[in-house]
Amino acid sequence: MKYSVDENGFYGKFGGAYIPEMLHPNVEELRENYLKIMQSPDFQEELQALLKDYVGRPTPLYFAKRLSEKYNTQIYLKREDLNHTGAHKINNTVGQVLMAQRLGKKRIIAETGAGQHGVATATVCALMNLECIVYMGEVDILRQAPNVARMKMLGATVVPATSGSRTLKDATNEAIRDWINNPEDTYYIIGSVVGPHPYPDMVARFQAIISEEMKWQLKEKTGSENPNYVVACVGGGSNAAGAFYHYLDTPEVKLVAVEAAGMGVESGESAATSVLGKEGVIHGSRTLLMQTEDGQVTEPYSISAGLDYPGVGPMHAHLFESKRAIFENITDEEALQAVLELTRLEGIIPALESAHALAALSRIGAKPDDVVVVNLSGRGDKDLSTYLDRFQLNG
Amino acid sequence: MDNRIKTLFEQKPQGLLSVYFTAGYPNLEDTVPIILELEKNGVDLIEVGMPFSDPLADGPTIQQSSDIALRNGMTIPKLFEQLKNIRQQTQIPLVLMGYLNPVMQYGVERFCQKAQEIGIDGIILPDLPLSDYVREYKQVFEQHNLCKIFLVTPQTPEKRIREIDSHTNGFVYMVSSASTTGSTTGKAVANTDYFQRVRQMELRNPSLIGFGIHDNNTFSQACQHAKGAIIGSAFIKALAQEGTLQENIQSFIQRIRN
Repeated sequence: MKYSVDENGFYGKFGGAYIPEMLHPNVEELRENYLKIMQSPDFQEELQALLKDYVGRPTPLYFAKRLSEKYNTQIYLKREDLNHTGAHKINNTVGQVLMAQRLGKKRIIAETGAGQHGVATATVCALMNLECIVYMGEVDILRQAPNVARMKMLGATVVPATSGSRTLKDATNEAIRDWINNPEDTYYIIGSVVGPHPYPDMVARFQAIISEEMKWQLKEKTGSENPNYVVACVGGGSNAAGAFYHYLDTPEVKLVAVEAAGMGVESGESAATSVLGKEGVIHGSRTLLMQTEDGQVTEPYSISAGLDYPGVGPMHAHLFESKRAIFENITDEEALQAVLELTRLEGIIPALESAHALAALSRIGAKPDDVVVVNLSGRGDKDLSTYLDRFQLNG
Repeated sequence: MDNRIKTLFEQKPQGLLSVYFTAGYPNLEDTVPIILELEKNGVDLIEVGMPFSDPLADGPTIQQSSDIALRNGMTIPKLFEQLKNIRQQTQIPLVLMGYLNPVMQYGVERFCQKAQEIGIDGIILPDLPLSDYVREYKQVFEQHNLCKIFLVTPQTPEKRIREIDSHTNGFVYMVSSASTTGSTTGKAVANTDYFQRVRQMELRNPSLIGFGIHDNNTFSQACQHAKGAIIGSAFIKALAQEGTLQENIQSFIQRIRN
């Protein structure tokens, strides 16, 4: 079984580049060049230096002792929350901004849900002195206010997406429309393993640093580079793609992808795409998609803005269909409990997105000697107002 | 096999006006009345939009008309139901335009079959890439006598324009400038180098210019560079005016043709 992308941009039957002709030259330019550029020594040198000294990599692999005792297994947290800007998203934006420079682009656009990708994009644009426009759903602007403030502070223009459900899907639509209207000078930094080929593959490759480090870190700590489980949350799926990447062809490592169930999978207010979706086309990619019988995209729901997406990256659709990954889903309530648990057991406040992965610990059936790595994709600062409210800690 | 689009271009070589509207807008049952009224007012070709929740290539006007049409209850089966007797009423060339996902869910083959039964002449699906079309669907479209119409843009390289021209029939849809639909910046007809370039390529297919064509001025300029032009967003705005469908359509087409 092959889990990486094929020459036509497909993972099994998922993927491809279903884009209007207006985007064809840009996507084609990227497709022709991305591997060549990524593999060139000067690119790698610049990227590795930034990842080390600017982003702060390698991120620690932390043995969570009290959490391990609670679940009676060996739990390690891959601390992506300790990256500069507070999430794994910057692994990708550092890479893509260097890509944009190599392609001679002057203007950067991005979509964002929770705001972590928007902040990570605004950050690298400030660093590289590039104009930055971030599209963000109106609903998300309200629920992730601290990240909006950070983007503005960094000099980015935050444009509210006011169509549809006014969340990540709609922000992505608006970013794509911007790209159609600005085909010459603009580079679109997609934040997840979604979109037309080559984006899913390129973003997965930039995020693959997560599992690359995990391997040698586990080797040092446990004597084996392979854990029994890798657990990660999935919206579009970039942190999971990175955490799974170097284990895809190692079947003894169980990969657990955790989706957001929202108010419950059957409630009508959910974002659990693998359960609720069927094959379709969204944002340039053939994948699993939440939709009506008539093929209209359904508005998803999750308390977590970063997981509130009706599709999933084509790589994950393929991991689901081929049963290479185990898909779980976690409700808002369960995720919130996991936030509080990690905070009080380990002194780490996780992002709502990452809390979905933590909440799946009780589901996976790990044995006492099993090694479980949870990808702690982001920190919870952006969610503090939600937490204070839900845990009744105000005043 | 005869196809009304091919016949149209043979019989009327210049100044063609093609009008797009979103099926189910402003009201669910307006589809057939709009088609008949457009024909009565001398429109040459009609593009019937199949609304989609996430129309990537469209600007705000068509996004909104699509939202309203969907809320009114428009679906592909509903549209086919409305159009089932259309050929007893008019012979104007009809093109269905929409996005791939709803058509995929309906089933591409079933969709083509039904379209042929009704007497549809062409299909535009902007997010169905040429390579997938050639690999998976071309045979089905051709078997059902449907012209699959593709877009080209100012950024499309010559080689690709030739490739598109070789796999398509009916006409080549020249997107006037780099934009989503409904732009009124005036860029629409400014790109004369591009129009010239495509004309000099002497393609197999005739071409029509669309995107940003919104008044008599932009329409007549577009007609100088191609066989005619396509109007969408401006027409949808006209439908939203005070007055009956008949009044709005008549005065809009008069303004364009002038």
